[in-house]
Amino acid sequence: MAMKDVIVDYVKDEYLEEGDETEIDENTPLISGGIVDSFSMVSLKMFLERKYKISIPDEKATTEAFDTVASIMKLVKEYAPDAE
Amino acid sequence: MTDLGSYETAYDKFDWQLARKELGYEDGSPLNIGYYCTDRNCERGLGDTVALIWEDSSGDVRRYTFNDLRIHSNAYASLLADLKIASGERVCIFMDRVPDLYFSFLGILKLGAIAVPLFSAFGEDSLLTRMENSGAAAIFTTRKHVKKVRKIRDRLPQLKHIVVVDGDGMALKEREHAFNVETAPKVESFDVYPATADTPSVLHYTSGTTGQPKGALHVHGSIFQQHLTTKWVLDLKPGDVYWCTADPGWVTGTSYGIIGPWSLGITQVVLEVGFFPARWYGAIENFGVTVWYSAPTAIRLLMREGEATVKKFDLSSLRHICSVGEPLNPEAVIWSEKVYGLPFHDTWWQTETGSIMISNFPGMKIKPGSMGKPFPGVTAAVLGPDYNPVLEPGKAGVLALKPPWPSMFRTYWNNPSTYEAKFKNGWYITGDRARIDKEGYFWFVGRDDDVINTGGHLVSPFEVESALLEHEAVAESAAIGKPDPVNMEVVKAFVALKPGHEPSHDLELNIINFIRKHLSPLAMPQEIEFVKSLPKTRSGKIMRRLLRAQETGEEIGDISTLEDD
Repeated sequence: MAMKDVIVDYVKDEYLEEGDETEIDENTPLISGGIVDSFSMVSLKMFLERKYKISIPDEKATTEAFDTVASIMKLVKEYAPDAE
Repeated sequence: MTDLGSYETAYDKFDWQLARKELGYEDGSPLNIGYYCTDRNCERGLGDTVALIWEDSSGDVRRYTFNDLRIHSNAYASLLADLKIASGERVCIFMDRVPDLYFSFLGILKLGAIAVPLFSAFGEDSLLTRMENSGAAAIFTTRKHVKKVRKIRDRLPQLKHIVVVDGDGMALKEREHAFNVETAPKVESFDVYPATADTPSVLHYTSGTTGQPKGALHVHGSIFQQHLTTKWVLDLKPGDVYWCTADPGWVTGTSYGIIGPWSLGITQVVLEVGFFPARWYGAIENFGVTVWYSAPTAIRLLMREGEATVKKFDLSSLRHICSVGEPLNPEAVIWSEKVYGLPFHDTWWQTETGSIMISNFPGMKIKPGSMGKPFPGVTAAVLGPDYNPVLEPGKAGVLALKPPWPSMFRTYWNNPSTYEAKFKNGWYITGDRARIDKEGYFWFVGRDDDVINTGGHLVSPFEVESALLEHEAVAESAAIGKPDPVNMEVVKAFVALKPGHEPSHDLELNIINFIRKHLSPLAMPQEIEFVKSLPKTRSGKIMRRLLRAQETGEEIGDISTLEDD
């Protein structure tokens, strides 16, 4: 599955309430839009690290870097250049 | 010149009567926080002054005057009266930092009901525990959060009304109402409940080592201390633009994000968005923030973000900055002086104290890393094992306060025995350990119990352990605070699995998300260690101290003494 779909699906499954039909695309603000709160970012980071077998340094795991699926993909690709 | 003047003179000559005078209160007259934060400002000629500058998550800005605040809080009070909510009944507020949170809070107080603010990131278990314990009769919430309320409403027989404040046009269920303060009829005048200093006002839940969260009950008389500490510690003056970054789901967000500043008629900034360095600095620049009250975790993250981001913004409007939530490390004070040209003034207080009790005052020499000195009118001490003050400077003991003070909590809701247990030998026992130096400065040493302080929020290990046991794979669990450079502590859990389950990364993530959804992101373990079994005392209690010592590499000595605990 493409990285974009993996992240979108994970966010929908884990952070949206059941029955919440909010559309999420590459540019939907996740943290600033109140979908993922900054404390919950930790579990998203952990998911990405395990899924793509990478380690994201804490100083790179900023709210800006995790605010959209597009910015998350950019961050992941820094550490997993071959991930699609 | 600060309003406090000389700290020593203020401390020596202080009488709480001064706080009443400062507020303009006459003995014997009604005392309602809702009135003092709204109507009274209008009566003082501040009706057209901006009370609230609110920036939503997309960056759009709305401004509300004190007259708007008066009329909108009246509308909320009037709605509750129409719903037959009586004085003394508990009304929850469960929403993000949107203007309705502030209007409804003041409306509840104007009616004489008790406001129960709940952090909007709470999961259903955390929400249920608090609503059940408080016996809430009504809740104000939003479309986004009503889904969680719907999941638990059938287990709350006392809950009569669920008001969705942005619910126009949505399909409503039984007991649910849609309300829109902007389109509702304007309520020019509301007969404010004639509360006294001892009338209950706000119920804030906090965590202890054992048992479920405890509701610290506050009273309208808390405003005396909130007003004066805002003036003397936060140094707010007419014309200031003030920003408290705390969420009103926690006590800082109500005492110093609503009551204190608005009792002084000060303009406040509220950002819907959470921590975003560029948005934060942008708000200071755009709104000309003069006084900023934030928390160590955010400050340490700003340090990590670095000076380059600071330089992109004009922060010259700032003149005074303070911190609360957990001890502020000396490096943060020194850094802020370097990059902002201002040192952060650390303040210390708790949910139970209702107001700042110990702090670094404006104009006073700051010792970086110190909690500062007691507020005038507050007697603080460090007690030994016999609950008498330790007189030797530098010796650590339990931090205690001499009751009463105006904003002191009056009980734990439905839990009087736990309240009584907080007092020993005529002192209120804070649960923190501290020492006092030769010059009378207080220094935080650590917690005296197992409560975890993460990002300035207290998390009960018991609550986390109980929730972990609800997970299908967990047989035994323990939770401790693991030292963390940004959050002071984060939750770490030790888990023994039931037969048929094997440790794996997927299971770890699954358990972590389970706690996030059931309790809150704050209580979510950031690490899980799978163990075969947990160390226990002879009586079967989990030895958290041993786990914590193993985690930090601390010498624990002979564990046989722990086994007898």
